[in-house]
Amino acid sequence: MLSVRNLHAAVEGKAILNGINLEIGPGQVHAIMGPNGSGKSTLANVLAGRDHFEVTAGEVEFRGWDLLEMEPEIRAREGLFLAFQYPVEIPGVSNLHMLKAAVNAVRRHRGEEELNAMEFLKLIKQKAALVEMRQEFLYRSVNEGFSGGEKKRNEILQMAMFEPRLSVLDETDSGLDIDALKIVAQGVNSLRSSDRSILLVTHYQRLLDYIVPDFVHVLAHGKIIRSGDKDLALELERKGYSWVEDHAGAA
Amino acid sequence: MQGTEKDLTALVQREYKEGFTTDIEADTLPPGLDEEVIRTISGKKAEPDFLLEWRLMAYRRWLEMKEPDWAQLHYPKIDLQDISYYSAPKQKKLLDSLDEVDPKLLETYEKLGIPLEEQKMLAGVRVAVDAVFDSVSVATTFKKTLSEAGVIFCPLSEAVKDCPELVHKYLGSVVPAGDNYFAALNSAVFSEGSFVYIPPGVRCPMELSTYFRINAMNTGQFERTLIIADEDSHVSYLEGCTAPMRDENQLHAAVVELVALKGAEIKYSTVQNWYPGDENGRGGIYNFVTKRGACKGKRAKISWTQVETGSAITWKYPSVVLEGDDSIGEFYSVALTNNYQQADTGTKMVHIGKNARSTIISKGISAGHGQNSYRGLVKVLKGAEKARNYSQCDSLLMGSTCGAHTFPYVEVRNPTAVVEHEATTSRIGEDQLFYCRQRGLSEEEAVSMIVNGFCKEVFKELPMEFAVEAQKLLGISLEGSVG
Ligand SMILES: Nc1ncnc2c1ncn2[C@@H]1O[C@H](COP(=O)(O)OP(=O)(O)O)[C@@H](O)[C@H]1O
Ligand SMILES: [Mg+2]
Repeated sequence: MLSVRNLHAAVEGKAILNGINLEIGPGQVHAIMGPNGSGKSTLANVLAGRDHFEVTAGEVEFRGWDLLEMEPEIRAREGLFLAFQYPVEIPGVSNLHMLKAAVNAVRRHRGEEELNAMEFLKLIKQKAALVEMRQEFLYRSVNEGFSGGEKKRNEILQMAMFEPRLSVLDETDSGLDIDALKIVAQGVNSLRSSDRSILLVTHYQRLLDYIVPDFVHVLAHGKIIRSGDKDLALELERKGYSWVEDHAGAA
Repeated sequence: MQGTEKDLTALVQREYKEGFTTDIEADTLPPGLDEEVIRTISGKKAEPDFLLEWRLMAYRRWLEMKEPDWAQLHYPKIDLQDISYYSAPKQKKLLDSLDEVDPKLLETYEKLGIPLEEQKMLAGVRVAVDAVFDSVSVATTFKKTLSEAGVIFCPLSEAVKDCPELVHKYLGSVVPAGDNYFAALNSAVFSEGSFVYIPPGVRCPMELSTYFRINAMNTGQFERTLIIADEDSHVSYLEGCTAPMRDENQLHAAVVELVALKGAEIKYSTVQNWYPGDENGRGGIYNFVTKRGACKGKRAKISWTQVETGSAITWKYPSVVLEGDDSIGEFYSVALTNNYQQADTGTKMVHIGKNARSTIISKGISAGHGQNSYRGLVKVLKGAEKARNYSQCDSLLMGSTCGAHTFPYVEVRNPTAVVEHEATTSRIGEDQLFYCRQRGLSEEEAVSMIVNGFCKEVFKELPMEFAVEAQKLLGISLEGSVG
């Protein structure tokens, strides 16, 4: 699904990712953990194609394509989804309107019939129920005046609408109370299947109690310094990030 | 971030599609303005004495006036002696039907998407069109249907001949000859425009529309529109405008007067797409327009909706004088300035009668080096019991080289008035565009979606066909070569 090889990236001349290697197979769930400022969001944004991050070396293959050559919207239409750490507000544009335009842009790209208003409404109501989002939120402007938790849930609603091949969730768990966390996890789990993959970026292992990953990686200073299975997250939780950093330094 | 800024700027470049010229023989007066020129214009139109006298009176007032300089606009002084005040496509005789109109003119309007052939119109939308090409009116379609309803819709010059008493009574009754510098100039030299009269109790059976086109070089367009809605009548009117691309600036100084008697309603919509100049700010129309409506009777209603995307300079404040009790004034505006365009636009709501209500919704969009100012006055006179006004002025910025300004003035002389004002400024950010692109929308689709979302309160006031038109126009204005 996704193959990241020796990826280096910089922002405003400052190196942030220093050689990331990551292989995500179909159906797998990977978690990336790491202290603040270690480069987790940078990795997520580089994958999505944000242009103020400059890729200075390395390559990324996504479903057989050279991902780094693709425009952000093409990546999205080919099934790469990013749930943003800080979802953006778009005043004046309703959630419903934006999603309909976007879903149909994706369908056009894939040579599928566009959904008409009725079909779309039926689909989105079904997905909104999945993340327990009240329908009034569909008619409100995109993320405007949403609480932190509501924004995150809106990201998962969008993810459910697109049914992406690879979902990158950037700290979707932070700022959520336990009930909201369960709802988000339930939404994500419902998408798990043998042909979809998920990359969870998180600061805490709490989320991993609900979405159990196949692999856990620890990111520090723009490098994956350790990989393991879900037990690594628990160990990390107990011993703190300094433990792996020290180890990485010693190794 | 430098790169992002450039991308945004590239995105808002556009081509002006209406910039062609028509090669047609014209009867044009040499540049310059004096009493003789005014007499000539009046003579060419075989006007009655009262009109010539009125023009001369306006001219004398104008000579004593100074060009206003209070607007947030910067432009070199306009040399009014360098302009020709009359230009008409040469036509041998008076026309009875469209068959006799010069095919080149018809072609021009065809290219602009203005259907003048009634045949075609009958198949589609019911809109009666009066097309003004430089200084004269070329064709008024649908005359018959309208006259059966008792509606008069014709070039002003024709109304002067056919119903001089109406013209005499109402011309200058809302915008007096000496109202302001540009209105006085217009009163002296106006060459054409549309005239509408809706009889009592009549709901005009179709949308009325005027289409203005400046073609000739170094001419000004000084049209004058007068709309009278008699008691309990209703009319919806649309005005559209374009001009060829020229390096010189062209002056457009129009006057529009609306009169709504007791219980009457006038809805006046403008989609202004005059040539805005090129991306370096060369050329473009100077648009100095006075538009005002008077709600003369009880329950009269006047609603202005404008979508201003063109012109190098826009100076325009469609206003409503609320004389009648329970009368209603509305102003809905979208003004877009891109490249080096400047707009200083807004409205005046003058409350005189009791229980009158006014609403102002203004949306300014600035991109490139565009400068967009909202200037509005809400005035409540002493006797205007229970006046209500709600104003909302929103600005949307794209990039960091443009500007938005708001100048809301409020003068209240009656303590029972309730006047509310809200204002916001937002920016289309790189983060918003990236968010949309991550969801699969192209950058153009994202910009257009955000801009249309910003304008929707105004667009919903436009008649359906024109709302679609306006949405497209805004799309074109902002989307570069796309679309
Ligand atoms: N747009 C930006 N401009 C400048 N520095 C940035 C930008 N984005 C991230 N950084 C820097 O890159 C480093 C990694 O940030 P980030 O990827 O957001 O970390 P994380 O998500 O792991 O907390 C930090 O030092 C941060 O300050
Ligand atoms: Mg982060």
